Amino acid sequence: MPLAPATEARLGWTHLPGLGPIVGLALLCLAGTLLTPDFATVDNALNVLNRTAFIGIIAIGMCFVIISGGIDLSVGSMAALIAGAVILLMNALGEKGWNSTSVVALGMAAAVLLGALFGMAHGLLITRGRIEPFIVTLGTLGIYRAYLTYFSNGGAITLENTLADAYGPVFYGFFLGVPVPVWVFIAVALAGALILNRTAYGRYVQAIGSNEQVARYAAVDVDRIKVRTYMLLGACVGIATLLYVPRLGSASPTTGLLWELEAIAAVIVGGTALKGGAGSITGTVVGAVLLSVISNLLNLTSIISVYLNAAVQGFVIIAVAFLQRPRR
Amino acid sequence: MHYIVFVMSVAVRFDGVVKEFAGVRVLHDVSFELAAGRTYGLLGENGAGKSTLMKILAGYEPLTAGALHIDGSPRQFTGSREAEAAGIVLIHQEFNLAEDLTIAQNIWLGHEKKNRMRLLDDAAMRAGAAQALEQVGLRRDPDTPVRRLIVAEKQLVEIAKALARRARLLIMDEPTATLTSGETETLFALMAKLKAEGVTIVYISHKLVEVERTTDEVVVMRDGRFVAREPTSSLTRHQMANLMVGRELSDLFPPKDPAPPQSVAPLLVVGGLDVPGWVEGVDFEVRPGEILGFAGLVGAGRTELFEGLLGLRPHRVRRLELNGRPTRIRTPRDAADQGLTYLSEDRKGKGLHVDFGLRQNLTLMALQRYARPWLRPKAERRALADAVQRFGIRAGSTRVRAASLSGGNQQKLALAKVLHPEPKVVVLDEPTRGVDVGAKRDIYFLIQQLAREGRAVIVVSSELMELIGLCHRVIVMRARRAQAVLEGTHLTEQELIAHATGTRH
Repeated sequence: MPLAPATEARLGWTHLPGLGPIVGLALLCLAGTLLTPDFATVDNALNVLNRTAFIGIIAIGMCFVIISGGIDLSVGSMAALIAGAVILLMNALGEKGWNSTSVVALGMAAAVLLGALFGMAHGLLITRGRIEPFIVTLGTLGIYRAYLTYFSNGGAITLENTLADAYGPVFYGFFLGVPVPVWVFIAVALAGALILNRTAYGRYVQAIGSNEQVARYAAVDVDRIKVRTYMLLGACVGIATLLYVPRLGSASPTTGLLWELEAIAAVIVGGTALKGGAGSITGTVVGAVLLSVISNLLNLTSIISVYLNAAVQGFVIIAVAFLQRPRR
Repeated sequence: MHYIVFVMSVAVRFDGVVKEFAGVRVLHDVSFELAAGRTYGLLGENGAGKSTLMKILAGYEPLTAGALHIDGSPRQFTGSREAEAAGIVLIHQEFNLAEDLTIAQNIWLGHEKKNRMRLLDDAAMRAGAAQALEQVGLRRDPDTPVRRLIVAEKQLVEIAKALARRARLLIMDEPTATLTSGETETLFALMAKLKAEGVTIVYISHKLVEVERTTDEVVVMRDGRFVAREPTSSLTRHQMANLMVGRELSDLFPPKDPAPPQSVAPLLVVGGLDVPGWVEGVDFEVRPGEILGFAGLVGAGRTELFEGLLGLRPHRVRRLELNGRPTRIRTPRDAADQGLTYLSEDRKGKGLHVDFGLRQNLTLMALQRYARPWLRPKAERRALADAVQRFGIRAGSTRVRAASLSGGNQQKLALAKVLHPEPKVVVLDEPTRGVDVGAKRDIYFLIQQLAREGRAVIVVSSELMELIGLCHRVIVMRARRAQAVLEGTHLTEQELIAHATGTRH
């Protein structure tokens, strides 16, 4: 008996959430241009994109996890611990007299690897251990940051000066006039979009988030796909961290604080449903940029206090959720 | 001891009732009357609109057009509470009991008695519950949590709950589906008693034998339309079945091909399959070209047997051979890789991604074929166009979501999906559930075509006519075990029911 009403297909509507954030961003940019001459400059645009890169890269990985029906609250702490661990590793190798460039290269590789390993641990606890992702990553959120604080003795873990000099260009360098982190952000976004939309893995991620039971019955290896999804996010956190380390050359207990919320917010503002099933990389990128444009505008103008930055972002998140709420 | 007194019974008239779900019409201009104090059998295949109509009567669904007259005056219920106030109570197929509450708490749920302090009057409710339990013949303490009751007892609690609410018209949806024959007898005795007390009863069932025994009149529905209302004594079971299907039954099924000879090696051999809690020591084999049926009551373990076989439930198997080779199946992926796929009985919960497009649904089980390594949407679209042709899927556009298809077309898509990996052995669990008669016929002919292509087809079904019309052999399950294998002239409705209910040894 077809009791659940066969709702009309509205593929037109499902495209709209992809368009909504873009329209919002365009309006915001228009407002910024009218409010201050400092906004619509190439320098400012690159500055905004550069600041977005860390959160944006993490948000792309988070987008996969959320589409699959999961969540990861630990990414900020994970970034901090990866940063600390990688700096300790590089300092140790540097003391042994290794060549700076290879130490930095090794450190960068270690960051991605460590992220993927943390992600694998999450994935295995969630699938094999059958624990809710919220709980697993709430646990590791505390664990990662506590270990960083322990290793740093509550202070900062700092990269050796010679190594910092060698590592500097990864954050401060430019290629064709565009900062390196922005290039990496673009590359990760393109790869993410390709993986999500044009690989069997990407389709499986959507299938699991849309209805895990149906996916399981359709011979999708649900556990393996989920583990890979958390590994993908971990690797993204690793990439974001390897860009972040040369910025300050240190890791402290406040490194990556609240990144998880910013990344999740970017995904949600980008039109991905928190319950999973559908979402887009384009939306996520736009969402991340939109959130940093807000804080950029508050910095450039004095209409609203900079101290209210998080409040404005919060209002935007709620407004977006309101616009995208399911129709009865 | 004084019983709850039924002041009067209730008469109902449906007048041109129309129901649409998001533009899809499921009830077309239904008009008929139910006289007060009589017992009606409401017949129809899955998807005929019986449950929807009864939900309208009991206030769970508003009607789209038309009118509902209760005792001669038009009524429009805005919820089940209003219908209950008018004496109309629907007992759902899946019970509406809060498992952690006690019997008494369930009976008074939403209608709690209060004392002068506006606090719950537990003593009065317990006494009232005890009275209602006495009336239905359930000897249980009203303080027993419902979780501790067996299914038949829960059924009686539902009826007691209805009586405590002074039901004058009782609608029972497949009440015996999960009952043993002894429990069924208890229920029938209770129904007779209620009728004597003046309660109008609408009895929805697939079991024509029971309908014949217990009802005064039958009302037949088909494809969302009213078909007939006749005195039960004037119809044979065969005539009832023909009215439900809308044509001579024999036209619905393709002529049976001869069963493959014993000498042909089986494609699938299962020996000693245990699914803890559901299935014990089941053996069977199926040959290429053969259609093997699985019959049994709800809860007999048929679905769980195959979910176990595919690794979706914990299971043990002593012997498992696919294509003549011993093998192991740990996951549905293992099964699909070795040429065994399964169509779930639960289309929305396990069968299709209703939020996905048709293309994504169709190719999901064979996606590796389209990934090299990038997915090729063009090839997927071609496959969808082929499937739409071959399976006769009618969709306004091939770009819509699966949710927008009608039940029959969703089922065809689900079939196309499990057949897309080109399995050698395919298990179809309730392949025509919620499907109209036209689509049913298409599916039956498709199943025969699959067998002719040399596949082994296993059909799990609650519709006896379907098993009889389609299968070469039928295995009947009862109480976790395969009780009998019926074939040839033994493959009849009576024999199937006798083995399924355990009245034949």
